[in-house]
Amino acid sequence: MIAALLENLGRTSRTTVTGVGYATRMLFRIIRASGGLWRRPRLVTDQVHFIGNYSLIIVGISGLFVGFVLGLQGYYTLNKYGSEQALGLLVALSLVRELGPVVTALLFAGRAGTSLTAEIGLMKAGEQLSAMEMMAVDPIQRVVAPRFWAGVIAMPLLAALFSALGVMGGYLVGVKLIGVDEGAFWSQMQGGVDLWNDIANGVIKSAIFGVAVTFIALYQGFESQPTPEGVARATTRTVVFASLTVLFLDFLLTALMFN
Amino acid sequence: MQRKSLDIWVGLFVLIGAAALVFLALNVGNMSSLSLAKGYKVTTNFDNIGGLKPRAPVKSAGVVVGRVANIQFSDQSFKAVVTLNLDTGYKFPKDTSAKILTSGLLGEQYIGLEAGGDTNNLVGGDTIKMTQSAMVLENLISQLLFSKATDVEKDAAK
Repeated sequence: MIAALLENLGRTSRTTVTGVGYATRMLFRIIRASGGLWRRPRLVTDQVHFIGNYSLIIVGISGLFVGFVLGLQGYYTLNKYGSEQALGLLVALSLVRELGPVVTALLFAGRAGTSLTAEIGLMKAGEQLSAMEMMAVDPIQRVVAPRFWAGVIAMPLLAALFSALGVMGGYLVGVKLIGVDEGAFWSQMQGGVDLWNDIANGVIKSAIFGVAVTFIALYQGFESQPTPEGVARATTRTVVFASLTVLFLDFLLTALMFN
Repeated sequence: MQRKSLDIWVGLFVLIGAAALVFLALNVGNMSSLSLAKGYKVTTNFDNIGGLKPRAPVKSAGVVVGRVANIQFSDQSFKAVVTLNLDTGYKFPKDTSAKILTSGLLGEQYIGLEAGGDTNNLVGGDTIKMTQSAMVLENLISQLLFSKATDVEKDAAK
């Protein structure tokens, strides 16, 4: 009984440490293989199309609706203090600093991360990656690195789009529907949102989330068991790990940048 | 052919993302103050503007008639020079007075205009002479304390 427990604990620790090691090694291999992408930028643009363009609609619509809801809920709260003019500031700050990067990263994990994992997992199951190695083509350089950089490029752009559409959504609900003064909405927003402290921090956050989510998706696909069941499990793990990592990193980064 | 259309879509995606960033920087952040509405500019001098901000509304009888275009400090008169952008559709007499008011207890500050009786109207570049500064809470409290103190002194003298 105790021996079995100990064995379990040992196995869990060993696999965790091995996993961290494999992941770190893979990240270094990706970075080392990235130099070759300058010669074939097509590989990256193809993946930006696949990751970025196809995520546009879901990210845009989510941003708009989050903005609508922020407008309504923010008005409800601020109205209690008679300061509904600050609605623009509330909507903009919560989107740019927090919701934009985080919600986009969660959507990105669900929309793009899963497809990356499934694609690479199925390539592995179909022994396409092994075939590449047979032909002296490094699958990390040919398959993984372009997807990684495409994710890193697409994520900040998507987060910016999310925030921008969210602000428009808040404007539509707050000003057009409820009737907050338009000038106060924009002037309080522009007075309170700082270009460096708020907007640049949001962009930095979203870039780091892009690295984290894309890398987790690629790693899970690359290390998945080459069976239908293994790919399914890897896809699930991508969403779970990526979401938890994003939330944890979000706390860490916010605490670091908080002043 | 297919390559080309794919590149167009990727370019479009990057463009949309960049446009969103520019929108955030310019319109949500404080990099520009776009004022597209047509109007004429009138300047006013205040001893103290309190928390008045650019783009705050200018109201007369509660109706928004313009916006604050610009706020500067003059080191000649040591006063705040506030430029108002009034809608061309509204005319005000020359002896209009301007006050800085607050909407609600915690609300934002705006400028209230009260029309005078002059037959000539304000035109662009004019200055509103009669102004009343923003209420500053500390000054009010010190005034109150001061008047209380003099009352106490008077009572003591009796």
